[in-house]
Amino acid sequence: MSEAAAAHAGVEPAETPLTPESWGKLGMWLFLAGDAMSFGCLIVGYGILRHASSKWPVPSEVLGINLTAFMTFLLIVSSVWMVLALSAIQENNKSRFNKFLGLTILGGALFLGCQAYEWTHLLNHKLPELGISFSNSLFASTFFVLTGFHGMHVTGGVIYNSCVLAAVNRGRYQAKHVEIAGLYWHFVDLVWILIFTFVYLL
Amino acid sequence: MTEAAHSASAYMKIFWILLVLTVIEVAIVYMGLPKILLAGLLIIFAVWKAALVAMHFMHLKLEKKTLAVIALAPFVLCVFFILMLMPDIFPR
Repeated sequence: MSEAAAAHAGVEPAETPLTPESWGKLGMWLFLAGDAMSFGCLIVGYGILRHASSKWPVPSEVLGINLTAFMTFLLIVSSVWMVLALSAIQENNKSRFNKFLGLTILGGALFLGCQAYEWTHLLNHKLPELGISFSNSLFASTFFVLTGFHGMHVTGGVIYNSCVLAAVNRGRYQAKHVEIAGLYWHFVDLVWILIFTFVYLL
Repeated sequence: MTEAAHSASAYMKIFWILLVLTVIEVAIVYMGLPKILLAGLLIIFAVWKAALVAMHFMHLKLEKKTLAVIALAPFVLCVFFILMLMPDIFPR
């Protein structure tokens, strides 16, 4: 038995042999595997288009790496808060759970705010200066599709986490539901780590 | 699960590693390294960070191995995808 299963064996019956804590956990892992393929295809497609192009702009010259580095830090720290929120509810510490999940939601919302600012700055200033738009530049269209698709996932995650926060406080959700939401949120962080590397740094 | 898995300090330790790796990643972009070396280093750091998040925050380290197979499948498939597209990426 995995350590996770052993911890639960004496408490509740195993919901699935692979993920004893809940069906939902297995479902979320399977969903994330599929979602990872979606992002994977977008990133590989981006890489191929970029490699095939002779005049791709240098990302560190067009994009604001420092703001994006801060955004990366935001998602990483919100992941830490999320896992601390999970720990808190597993120990039945409601106020600590509320604090950390609340911070996670704020971190995600701040990330979206930064991204909105980044996009506005690019669309209104930086890209027109360089004569780039998404109708004439694969750099622009792949950038906005990739970061936009990810941003939609962050938005979904912020809404999801807010619903979980409310549901736990109304007594309808428990630790296992928070664990599932946590998996989604860490996945969003993980994908951003990869996007940050391949789109902004490389 | 062990105490270490749940203690806040264990998670904070992972956070600091992630933070340091991110700072190093951004720093090396400005160092003017040869493209191949930069790409290699950035990919290593990215995979390292992704593995840390998966293993410790998503608790993949504590789960059954089969779950890790499910989690790893997309990455293996994407590498396969790139390999299959090699003739188009590097045409003769």
